[in-house]
Amino acid sequence: MRAMNKLKGLNRTARKNYLTYALVIAAYIILEAMMRGGGMKAATKGMLVPICAYIVMALSLNLTVGVMGELSLGHAGFMSVGAFCGTAATMCLRDSMPSAGLRLFIGIVIGAVAAAIIGFLIGIPVLRLRGDYLAIVTLAFGEIIKSLVGNVYMGIDQGHLKFSMFTNELNMSPEGKIIIEGAMGIRSIPKIATFTAGFILIMISLVVIFHMVGSRTGRAIMAIRDNYIAAESIGIPAFKYKITAFTISAAMAGAAGALFGNNYSSLIASKFNIDTSILVLVFVVLGGQGNMLGSIIAAAALTILPEALRGFADYRMLMYAVILIAVMLISNNAKIKDILKNIAEKRTAKQLAKGGASDE
Amino acid sequence: MSFLNYLVSGLSLGSVYAIIALGYTMVYGIAKMLNFAHGDVIMVGAYVCFFAFTRYGLNPFISVILAMLVCTCLGIVIEKLAYKPLRAAPSLAVLITAIGVSYLLQNLALLFWSSNPKVFNSIIPNKSLDLGGLTVSYITLFTIAVCIVIMIVLTTFINKTKLGKAMRAVSEDKGAAQLMGIDVNTTISVTFAIGSGLAAIAGVLLCSAYPNLTPTTGSMPGIKAFTAAVFGGIGSIPGAFLGGLMLGVIENLAKAYISTQISDAIVFGVLIIVLLVKPAGLLGKRAQEKV
Amino acid sequence: MSNVVLKCENLGIVFGGLAAVNDFDIEVHEREIAGLIGPNGAGKTTVFNLLTKVYEPTSGEIFLNGESTAKKTTVQLSKAGIARTFQNIRLFSKLTVAENVMTAMNQSMKYSLLEAVLRLPRYWKEEKEAREKALELLSIFDMQGMADVRAGSLPYGAQRRLEIVRALATEPSLLLLDEPAAGMNPAETAELMENIGRIRDRFGIAILLIEHDMSLVMGICDNITVLNFGQVIARGTPAEIQSNPVVIEAYLGKHKEG
Repeated sequence: MRAMNKLKGLNRTARKNYLTYALVIAAYIILEAMMRGGGMKAATKGMLVPICAYIVMALSLNLTVGVMGELSLGHAGFMSVGAFCGTAATMCLRDSMPSAGLRLFIGIVIGAVAAAIIGFLIGIPVLRLRGDYLAIVTLAFGEIIKSLVGNVYMGIDQGHLKFSMFTNELNMSPEGKIIIEGAMGIRSIPKIATFTAGFILIMISLVVIFHMVGSRTGRAIMAIRDNYIAAESIGIPAFKYKITAFTISAAMAGAAGALFGNNYSSLIASKFNIDTSILVLVFVVLGGQGNMLGSIIAAAALTILPEALRGFADYRMLMYAVILIAVMLISNNAKIKDILKNIAEKRTAKQLAKGGASDE
Repeated sequence: MSFLNYLVSGLSLGSVYAIIALGYTMVYGIAKMLNFAHGDVIMVGAYVCFFAFTRYGLNPFISVILAMLVCTCLGIVIEKLAYKPLRAAPSLAVLITAIGVSYLLQNLALLFWSSNPKVFNSIIPNKSLDLGGLTVSYITLFTIAVCIVIMIVLTTFINKTKLGKAMRAVSEDKGAAQLMGIDVNTTISVTFAIGSGLAAIAGVLLCSAYPNLTPTTGSMPGIKAFTAAVFGGIGSIPGAFLGGLMLGVIENLAKAYISTQISDAIVFGVLIIVLLVKPAGLLGKRAQEKV
Repeated sequence: MSNVVLKCENLGIVFGGLAAVNDFDIEVHEREIAGLIGPNGAGKTTVFNLLTKVYEPTSGEIFLNGESTAKKTTVQLSKAGIARTFQNIRLFSKLTVAENVMTAMNQSMKYSLLEAVLRLPRYWKEEKEAREKALELLSIFDMQGMADVRAGSLPYGAQRRLEIVRALATEPSLLLLDEPAAGMNPAETAELMENIGRIRDRFGIAILLIEHDMSLVMGICDNITVLNFGQVIARGTPAEIQSNPVVIEAYLGKHKEG
């Protein structure tokens, strides 16, 4: 009873945050139970980790698009950096570290840190631009990362890492092992990513985002989004806060990439192209900008959808396209918007009336 | 091959980018939207021309006109059904819809014409001209010539005709244009029609030079042409022209002298540098917010 | 004589060859309410934009509490003690009323992002204090009941008042109000006037306001500066301004002598 009262006392944002945590935990428990009970098809099981990775990607992009209010069309680039660094790391540690869980943890941390560094460096020029120009430059950086990562060669030779760009001449001794092989990427990856790791990553991402949004940092970032001139007038350095948000967003995308990369037996750079960036953007827009629960649901549903439509084989991507257009047209329909606006206005009026009453 | 050769073929590729970029820039100028589906209209244009010319042996000129007609209608239909209802919607919703239309066109093409590449016969005889050491193919020269003609015609149209002036007025201020009695909806439709018609020409020229036609043929040139439009200053017609040509030349020279694998990276790198130095592109105007 | 909070000398800016503001001088003292009036397009808001470095002045100097602001940015000026409201309301419309005010306290809050993410004690303590302070500031305008409403859904008059509260939350020594009574009815304007006076008394700050509502300007300003075509054409107490022929001419146009 006291817990109920406490819940009622919270504001709407806090209630929604707790609902999001609760749903994610419930989904994890149910799916994990189904998996242990054997009531899950192998194909479904195989999709759990990618779904987690895409959910974290969607949360990461929602931080940039929804909370910060800037469009990024190159988010797959950060995922790529995280995937390659994180997967290469787990492969290098294979002999020296027997625990797969620990290796995965280190891989994800390395993926996140590497992507954060790249995100910070890219953010310095990019975040000085605005609107569509910012979007096109992120697209450009995404393509550049794809091209460069596709030309990296890396090997490990007696505990030393060797790098080269464009050629595979790594000058290694016969014991040396090549890990990243240019356009062919990484092969024979031991697939150590697990659903539990994905679940933990989602929870950490949620905590970071919710706690950030509920802090002075989050308020400052959203203030800049809503009106940067007013934000500067009250002493908020726009660039500093934007780069903070962008770096954190990149780190999350990197972590998602590391999880993703460690889930497949091979990994190539061209996987992380503009189509992947756009796919994640679609999750964010369909789920609602700034709405983290929406992003989670959209990412999960839209990753499953093409599989669920597999029965329609040739038509599935067509249906995906049609659904995408239809959702956009319906959700932006003027009449439906009017109805929703009326409901929101009534709620505000009620809140105002209630606030006025409590003053007396 | 000599430097001059690379330069000329770069100009030819750049001409194709310029023609596509014109469509992007006009639509952006007037509807303030990134029409991601523009690249796929190119692909449709190329398929129409392929069937008319290569399969059914129609006259090349008629084939191109047919491709333009189909794409013009397609552009108008897309605008009416998908973009017009979203005129008041947030720009991100329009962007996602455009992406949806792009997927739709690609997958319809996949369904009708399969993913097997079609070998596109050049609409221009496959011959070369020898200019004292410099060998230039007919299609290269033709592409550059077509681009110049389009540029001149379009500039005259925008500056001299009533419809062209209406387009400029709508891109400056939609509300004011409406008050002055300009039919905004028709003007936007016309802009899409012209952009899509140009896309058909670009598709034919592109496939005449690079004869592999698949449902995704338009995507990458589309993105690059979009880059070219931003490069030159999005919304600016001379900017799209300049941006397209420069992009083609940079890409070709990068392929020839640096590396084919990272030529795209170099192109995008140049774009980033240009935008950092000139945030509104080479010939774009920067809008200042009134405080 | 009380301290000089704001002092401008020969302030000017040229836009494309045209001097939008030229040779602008003003002194505003602690606990003074100064008015800046003039016909539309006289350059009043431009003066505010110069004072807050939204525009970089072409000439002249600005001193805030005796220190030159030449090398300061908009953000640094906020820290130095200038706060403003905007003619065309600029709230953080998707944040709540309380969040709008708390955002303005950002520079006086100390906890780091890491402390926020881990929800360490300093986070809770400062957040609680900030919210209490926000509610208290909102109570100046009787707005504490609206604290959790989205700022964008407030009625127009309340939005204008919220802008003032948000500006006050930065703890300024100089408050710039750009047409605070725009769009308000006479009753609301009278109430606003009273509140501006109360703000001056309570915080002991200098206030410079732009306003077209002459009842408000003449009613609360200690000193008035009149601007026309970017030039100061008159200066004085409300009574002096009201009877100044140059001012009357600027507002009504030149009388035709018949």
